Amino acid sequence: MAPDSRLIHDKIKEFILRQFLPGEDPNALTDDTALIDTGILDSLATLKLITFLEEEFGIRVEAHEADSENLNTVADITRFVSSKLG
Amino acid sequence: MALHFYFIEAASRYPENIAVREQSGTSITYRELDDLTSRLRDRLIRLGVTRGDRIGIYLHKSIDSVACILGTLKSGAAYVPVDPKAPPTRNAYIFKDCSVRAIITEAALEPLLRRELGEGENSRPIMTLPGAGGGGWLRAWIDREEAASPSPQTLSVHSDLDDLAYILYTSGSTGRPKGVMLSHRNAQCFVDWCSDTFEPVAADRFSSHAPFHFDLSILDIYTPLKHGAMLVLVGEDTGKDPTALASLIASQKLTIWYSTPSILSLLTQYGKMENHDYSSLRLVLFAGEVFPVVHLRALKRVLPRPRYFNLYGPTETNVCTYYELPPTIEDDRTDPYPIGVVCPHYRGMIVEAGGKRVERGVEGELLIQGPGVMQGYWNLPDQNERVFVDLGERGRWYRTGDLVIEQADGNLTFIGRKDRMVKKRGYRVELGEIEACLYRHPKVREAAVVALPDEAEGIRICAHIATHDQNRISIIELKQFCSRHLPLYFIPDLFQFHPKLPKTSTDKIDYQKLQSQAGTSRNGQA
Repeated sequence: MAPDSRLIHDKIKEFILRQFLPGEDPNALTDDTALIDTGILDSLATLKLITFLEEEFGIRVEAHEADSENLNTVADITRFVSSKLG
Repeated sequence: MALHFYFIEAASRYPENIAVREQSGTSITYRELDDLTSRLRDRLIRLGVTRGDRIGIYLHKSIDSVACILGTLKSGAAYVPVDPKAPPTRNAYIFKDCSVRAIITEAALEPLLRRELGEGENSRPIMTLPGAGGGGWLRAWIDREEAASPSPQTLSVHSDLDDLAYILYTSGSTGRPKGVMLSHRNAQCFVDWCSDTFEPVAADRFSSHAPFHFDLSILDIYTPLKHGAMLVLVGEDTGKDPTALASLIASQKLTIWYSTPSILSLLTQYGKMENHDYSSLRLVLFAGEVFPVVHLRALKRVLPRPRYFNLYGPTETNVCTYYELPPTIEDDRTDPYPIGVVCPHYRGMIVEAGGKRVERGVEGELLIQGPGVMQGYWNLPDQNERVFVDLGERGRWYRTGDLVIEQADGNLTFIGRKDRMVKKRGYRVELGEIEACLYRHPKVREAAVVALPDEAEGIRICAHIATHDQNRISIIELKQFCSRHLPLYFIPDLFQFHPKLPKTSTDKIDYQKLQSQAGTSRNGQA
């Protein structure tokens, strides 16, 4: 993972832990933990996550991009944000 | 007249009108939908379906699923719609619980359902459409089946008004969903009330936002289809996406919108509504939970033209009180609006704990009586005993479990619940059902679930847990475990772990203490 990607990854992971998994052991949230359809990222949480990504990284997330292909895991989200920035 | 004859009559009056349109633009006219549903009726009757049977509907929302619902009613059976996104184990439980005669599903959902239904389920026909969307899948499936074994043409069954039309499963406090049995009479008096109150015309375009297993869908489906109007299906994914939803209401030129307040709140916050033209919209209806005034005010600012109605009622009665909002909301108002007055097809009474009627201005439980009240819960005699109260000459009443106050102007104000049921995004959630799920986890020794008020989301659900080995369980693991047994909106937002749960002097779990403790600890360890 490139240094920039590592930073993006850590910010995303930290946000998800703080907002949606308060109290969770950070090691339990792995890069490939499924977030959508397991109740961790529900529809409202997804909107909050998108608002965070837009504000934190200065990107714009289109409605059709807010799906499980881009947002299902920390790795997916990192890849998605990196591609927007790249 | 049975519910489906409202549609049949509208189809003969308005054959060329569009009955149902999907978001993609695919639509079906009244004539086409009447033909398709009659062919399904014939097929069902050929399979041995008779009046009084139940048919499970396990499909994504589509023209196909609307047609399956109407075809089922035409065959004289009742439909049992389930959430296509709920765990298959829950849906299989529902189908077994009310002994459905057959199940209509789609190829993507069938394998898991079959696995959950288990061995020995071959006696229950599963009719598997290749997909759901556009109506073509159902038509293709019927064509194929008919080519192999043609069905004789029959007539739509004149169901008795007391025959069941549908069973809607809601959260049950014992850990299992319970089936609310609703008859043609129940549905019909509600639909007639909608006709009188909202005066639909054939040019209207109704939103269908709620999923079909949710009671808001009854207004969505049957009111337009009685009047030759158009039902515009909102896809399951769009339904949760405020920007797509905001655009859809404008582009489809919807005239009547009906949803929970949660969705309308999301629309105002995230929908970028100012970018669209909503001049067609004439009615905004909401139900299912309290609408925070701050969001309602914001909505009325963007949509000043429509009339707004707050509709109240549990699944067991559908809407039983209603309130039309004034044209403007005072700047300093923070109290939610009343639930209004009892609908004319109902009678209401507010009683104290002993069953005695309270004075105006005094809090009490709302009892409801009238032709819309459900027949009862499927196969739950004890619950039926508890939920109905016989007041001698005054007759039998349904206990809503909701505490209300009658104001000086005659409007009722909702105060809260008598029991442990809460509303999350408009859905009923029995906290006991979540506890029952948590107790199935092998490491959980004690579990207690409370709802915490939350300004942004209405409520947040917090689970308090003590484990057998005193070690915490991963919250991710617990959420994943819950998601295999419960719909997503049931899954607790917060988890707190305790060595043991606090108890009252009678050794019961001290919910009051947990309620006050919840949210005070950010690290999840109480």
